[in-house]
Amino acid sequence: MRLAVLGAGAVGGSVVELAGDYGHTVTAFADSQSAVVDADGIEADGALERKRRDGIVGDADPEDALTANYDVLVEATPTTLGDAQPGFGHVETALGMDRHVVLANKGPVAERFAEVRELEADSEGTVLFEATVGGAMPVLSTIDDFDPEHISAVRGVLNGTANFILSRMSAEGLDYEHVLAEAQDLGVAEADPTFDVDGTDAALKGVIVANVLAEDGEEYTLEDADVEGIQDITGSALELAQEDGQTVRLIAEVTDGAVRVGPRLVPEHAALAPTGTRNIVQLETDHAGRLNISGRGAGGPETASAVLADVGRLE
Amino acid sequence: MSDSTEEVRAYTVRLELVDEPGELLRALEPIASNGGNLLSIFHERGNVTPRGHIPVEVDLEATPDRFEGIVDALREAGINVIQAGAERYSEALTIVLSGHLVNTDLSDTLSHIQESTSATVTDLSLSAPEGTEDASSARIRLATEEGAVEEALAAVREVAAEKDLRLIEPLTVGGDV
Repeated sequence: MRLAVLGAGAVGGSVVELAGDYGHTVTAFADSQSAVVDADGIEADGALERKRRDGIVGDADPEDALTANYDVLVEATPTTLGDAQPGFGHVETALGMDRHVVLANKGPVAERFAEVRELEADSEGTVLFEATVGGAMPVLSTIDDFDPEHISAVRGVLNGTANFILSRMSAEGLDYEHVLAEAQDLGVAEADPTFDVDGTDAALKGVIVANVLAEDGEEYTLEDADVEGIQDITGSALELAQEDGQTVRLIAEVTDGAVRVGPRLVPEHAALAPTGTRNIVQLETDHAGRLNISGRGAGGPETASAVLADVGRLE
Repeated sequence: MSDSTEEVRAYTVRLELVDEPGELLRALEPIASNGGNLLSIFHERGNVTPRGHIPVEVDLEATPDRFEGIVDALREAGINVIQAGAERYSEALTIVLSGHLVNTDLSDTLSHIQESTSATVTDLSLSAPEGTEDASSARIRLATEEGAVEEALAAVREVAAEKDLRLIEPLTVGGDV
């Protein structure tokens, strides 16, 4: 497949780097300022090096990448809320040209799911978005395989940064501010960790799952989710939980058409209490009980592998 | 959890007795002779039911099998058994509250929770590392009637919101695997 990759962050960069390994050719690559386009395949190392060195990927206009020759648009620009732009516009343009779209950007499917589905229905192209939920973990494709109709609930730990902070606070008896600073030093938390610790990131993933599970075509957006973060969880609360054989985790829950994210008490050794940055998703199936999927929920190569798995499904 | 029928459990039986001498003793006899272990008797002497009977609440321990025998024997003896719910408090849930617990009157918070639900507080642990003037946390175990966990949680949420306390709820499903 020929890929146009929009977004030159950790995920977009990793897709460009790994595409060849999966037998694909990147014909266009763009960040918000610049682009490189070559119908025979761009020179990946050169473009990535230039991005590192000069902050641009090439001399072309980003718009050129969107209208270049490709089979699949990989949308890996940063997630935006509300109108989900410019990601949504990129999806619209690609589908309008009957191209496939693979999303790593959560915005379009978390905030404008019904419109994305409508655009897809009018196009020869297909939209896949495995990478938007749980990084490398095959969450959405497993839901699809089981058939959303036979899944009654989905719950899990969907943010590695929040999980790292809570599990470290619990293990070391340290307070929130201390562990957050440590997580930032380790590169586990971003300089601005707001979306990770206030529950927004986990909620976006929950909303995407709710959209996939919705039987009657009902649409969910971030506004429909009940969201609480972990910023005010104290060391003493974790200690009390621990004395009782429990711990606290930021859990996202999708049940009966409701999306809820918040810190919850879970037994210390339960599947839903992973340690460190590990993520886990538990599917409640009608005929096969509980199914747990765990793994790395973030990271450039990890998320890129989910993007490339989607590209493979389109072949 | 074990399904064994040999497990001894606590039961509360509510009886209505005729106001006659010897009635209470007559009511307790079938409990003892059928293998029940009496824990407490609450005899509401001054509180008469509309039918002129005296309500008595008996707490006892027995295996589920023996408890059935006790209720049957009470009824055979002509004792009016009003309530013999399998167990009155059959579900437990644990919550953690954080914030200015002491300044917002912890005992008032607890009685609020008990008053607005069928739940009863069975255990409380308080941690106030910075002293009682500062933010502290409490772990509270509640016992509720079967199927009343959601209702109890709703009441706790309300009290927590009212007093600006941080509530950490249990994951009532799925956390045990």
